[in-house]
Amino acid sequence: MYALAAEEAANPLLPHPAELVIGGLSFLVVLFFVGRLLVPRIQKTLEMRTEAIEGGLKKAEEAQAEAQRTLEDYRAKLAEARHEAARMREEAREQAAQIKAELREEAQAEARRLIEAAHAQIEADRQQAFTQLRAELGRLSIELASRIVGESLEDQARQTGVVDRFLDELESAGEAAVR
Amino acid sequence: MSATLTPLASDEFQAPGLGIFDWPPLVQGQEWFNKPALLALVGTLLVMVLVYAAFSRPKLVPRGFQNVGELAYQFVREQIARPNLGKDSDRWMPLLFSMFLFVLVMNLFGSIIFIQFPVMSHIGYPAILAIFVWLLVMYLGIKHQGPIGFFKNVMFPPGLPGWIYVLMAPIEFISTFFLRHITHAVRLFATMMAGHLIIALFSEVGWHFLFVTLTPLGAPLGVLGVAMTIVLTAFELFIQALQAYVFALLAAMYINDAMHPAH
Repeated sequence: MYALAAEEAANPLLPHPAELVIGGLSFLVVLFFVGRLLVPRIQKTLEMRTEAIEGGLKKAEEAQAEAQRTLEDYRAKLAEARHEAARMREEAREQAAQIKAELREEAQAEARRLIEAAHAQIEADRQQAFTQLRAELGRLSIELASRIVGESLEDQARQTGVVDRFLDELESAGEAAVR
Repeated sequence: MSATLTPLASDEFQAPGLGIFDWPPLVQGQEWFNKPALLALVGTLLVMVLVYAAFSRPKLVPRGFQNVGELAYQFVREQIARPNLGKDSDRWMPLLFSMFLFVLVMNLFGSIIFIQFPVMSHIGYPAILAIFVWLLVMYLGIKHQGPIGFFKNVMFPPGLPGWIYVLMAPIEFISTFFLRHITHAVRLFATMMAGHLIIALFSEVGWHFLFVTLTPLGAPLGVLGVAMTIVLTAFELFIQALQAYVFALLAAMYINDAMHPAH
């Protein structure tokens, strides 16, 4: 052992060929088994884990976005409904006003119509009364005149014309006076 | 195993020398099969079993030992691969992870009771790893930069005054293509060897002064030796892990240099 030690001590930096072979083969076996077979497995797993985590985060983000979209959708719909209700209320109010106005218009028209009818009636009555009165007045005047100048004038057609003319003159004079 | 531990040893204290790194064959006639060789094989098996236990059927949600494996894997990826290789990290993780664990287990054998021998304190083991890295770096350098470009980029980096290349070129050539790969192996070998030697020394002090020749004057020294052995074993655990990290880190750095010439 001492002899070996002395021999060894002389060259501690010179490798034994046997050690190179054993060390080299051992390391190559480890490299194949660990590096070639096992490390790719864990690399794949780590990659998958990263993907799973990223995927989960992404999914959560998507769900959040979806929820946000739905919320906005609902908000928009709600606003629209409110707007619609307001619009309908406004419309109803307008319609009510319109109906009121129409009714008033109708009532006024009716009233006017009634008044006009009454006026026409009155006018007709007046006309009638006037005509009757005029005929009566003519007859009475002729009667009065015949009484005054005798019965001769009575059957002459001319007399009618004279009376009418006189009455027309009278009327136009009366109208002029009224004006 | 040192000769000083034998009952026939003289009463005089003898510090352990380089002889403690010398192991007789375990099987007569098989010169290669000594304790470091056995440990190398056991360590190889151990690395494979541990990694298999962790990563044989990896789950998306890690359970049990897979957590430990992922911790190691992510340490190598974040601390060794990423800072040096960036986006190429995943491609080199098989090599770096294997290398880190291989060296780590071989080193930690130095601190495990009854085993107590760091395999990497025999130059042959780190040397072959460094030779693999050297071959890989040469291949990658020629593949990515071309046979001439690889040497030109290392020896004649642009942007320096002309006369400095006279100094620069040979230094860079020797340093980049040979020296740093030799130191790659020697650094690991030397730290493991020195650590083992120091622990052996203090153990020997404890053993000698407390058990072989117990004297009133020697006893405190023996106690000190035991205490120092404990303290230094803790320190050695740290060094063993650190050297495994450094070894893989340098490998990552050299690989990156070969793929992307520094400008």
